[in-house]
Amino acid sequence: MPEEYDRSNESVAPTGMGGGMDLAASEAQTLDHGPGHGPQPGGPTGKPRSLWSDAWHDLRRNPIFIISALLILFLIVISLWPSLIASGNPLQCDLSKSQQGSQPGHPFGYDNQGCDVYTRTVYGARASVTVGVCATAGVALLGGILGGLAGYFGGAWDAVLSRISDIFFAIPIILGGLVFLSVVTNSTVWPVIGFMVLLGWPQIARIARGSVITAKQNDYVQAAKALGANHTRILLRHIAPNAVAPVIVVATIALGTYIALEATLSWLGVGLKPPTVSWGIDISAASTQIRNAPHMLLWPAGALSITVLAFIMLGDAVRDALDPKLR
Amino acid sequence: MGRYVIRRLLQMIPVFIGATFLIFVMVYALGDPVAAFFGDRAPDPATAAQIRHQYGLDKPLWHQYLDYMGNIFTGDFGTAFNGQPVTELMKSAFPVTLRLTLVAIFFEIVIGITFGVITGMRRGRPIDTSVLLMTLVVISIPVFVLGYVLQYVIAVQWGIGEPSVSPEAPLNELILPGIVLALVSLAYVTRLTRTSIAENTRADYVRTAVAKGLPRRRVILRHLLRNSLIPVITFIGTDIGGLMGGAIVTERIFNIQGVGYQLYQGILRHNSATVVGFVTILVIVFLLANLLVDLLYAVLDPRIRYA
Repeated sequence: MPEEYDRSNESVAPTGMGGGMDLAASEAQTLDHGPGHGPQPGGPTGKPRSLWSDAWHDLRRNPIFIISALLILFLIVISLWPSLIASGNPLQCDLSKSQQGSQPGHPFGYDNQGCDVYTRTVYGARASVTVGVCATAGVALLGGILGGLAGYFGGAWDAVLSRISDIFFAIPIILGGLVFLSVVTNSTVWPVIGFMVLLGWPQIARIARGSVITAKQNDYVQAAKALGANHTRILLRHIAPNAVAPVIVVATIALGTYIALEATLSWLGVGLKPPTVSWGIDISAASTQIRNAPHMLLWPAGALSITVLAFIMLGDAVRDALDPKLR
Repeated sequence: MGRYVIRRLLQMIPVFIGATFLIFVMVYALGDPVAAFFGDRAPDPATAAQIRHQYGLDKPLWHQYLDYMGNIFTGDFGTAFNGQPVTELMKSAFPVTLRLTLVAIFFEIVIGITFGVITGMRRGRPIDTSVLLMTLVVISIPVFVLGYVLQYVIAVQWGIGEPSVSPEAPLNELILPGIVLALVSLAYVTRLTRTSIAENTRADYVRTAVAKGLPRRRVILRHLLRNSLIPVITFIGTDIGGLMGGAIVTERIFNIQGVGYQLYQGILRHNSATVVGFVTILVIVFLLANLLVDLLYAVLDPRIRYA
């Protein structure tokens, strides 16, 4: 029964679609042990702990988790209130200072248009973080609900959904982005987010489906059914809390890759467009000037990479903490 | 086996139709190819109508799709707006991208699996930690930034290889672009192999093989690696489609005139025949690669049988 074979293994076998993001996801499903974090015994406390408090117990002691969580917290704060650490205006530029290097008060120098790179890097966090957070929230909600229902009810609904997600997987994500966004003239973050949700949800749906199928075979679900619980109650009270962990892990890692995808799309000329301030726009403008002024590339690209890295490491740490096989 | 392949091929049909229709709708419903044809100027209505009629753009969308698909199966992929048949563009573009993809997969397999085995066997040692850290860095930097930096440092400053690829794209010029294209996947292959090897080193069959006195080399290559490769093969197989799509980025950096270049041009100019034609081929490649991967499972793991 090969069909059953590859279906039941979907949560383990990577099913790629092209963009970097599902690769991260598929890898997240295999039990990769993050760097610098060994298995930790549950601890000899008297009270039995739930999976979540157990995970929290582990995470609090994991330096990688603490560092990445603090970084992300910092990013969220500056994307909400960039003026806290940058006093300038990212759109106020002086062409006579084009491509100049570091100066007192302007530590990162100036970009091609003579804008202060430091100010733009700080203000650019907002667009990137917004894209990452909103796209991930949309993908996780849509994919989680559709995939979870398909896994729970099975049957025709499941078959249809699996075929539909196959269709989306067959379209490489950068290609889909180019086609979809090349006709959009709106220069805000919303078309980009909408596109990412449209093409990203099947990735989460597969994982949610797999993990709901695993969860629904547990005895406590049978018991709840025998006691006469209805579908809503079983889904919300018994299955969701036990099936949501892989979705959270994959979504965290995907968040970082969405931020990188926004930069790539902006570089291809279809993502965000000026006057929006974003790392993607600045990186793509700087990447052609790498010979003359590498500092223009270094700061926004560095900020973006550290952000992506923080989300990947957070996802890694959370996965390790939630994985009972490591205990 | 034969019946399984036939069933899988039949299952591909709806996915193929769905994916091509989706792209078709995106290209046609979202943009106006005739307006794009005229660039910034507004087209003369009579001329526009005539062009629309000539390319069949005045028919309903589903009718155009059926026409298009009907033509494809007779080998006619339509005509690009510059009058060149799309098949001609494909003949010049696909061999280039195929070579680029093969170079990328070569590096993925050789470097990725080697790193994966080395780190998987030495969990927690300095080499393991440093390779893991490197993979994370590679994953978190956008590909096009890596591409520009490598192009500048290796090709321009060190003078190794060419920063820009000639239209014929011989293999030796594609090595650097191939590495850039492979980098992210290479990082994933390394991590996947490492995880898989690390899990299997404690397996009973490895202990048995060591206990019966097999040389270490044979244990690793014949027993450990073969059993650990299944997730890696899956990844590489599904990645083929991604690599060809991701070639849009690499080909733009190194000025390679392959599939990504043609697609990029086609999309910017709303040249629907080119875009849909190329995407159709890419979707077929993706689906066939997935089938091939599933069949390879049975070769690597005889416990898996396809009825």
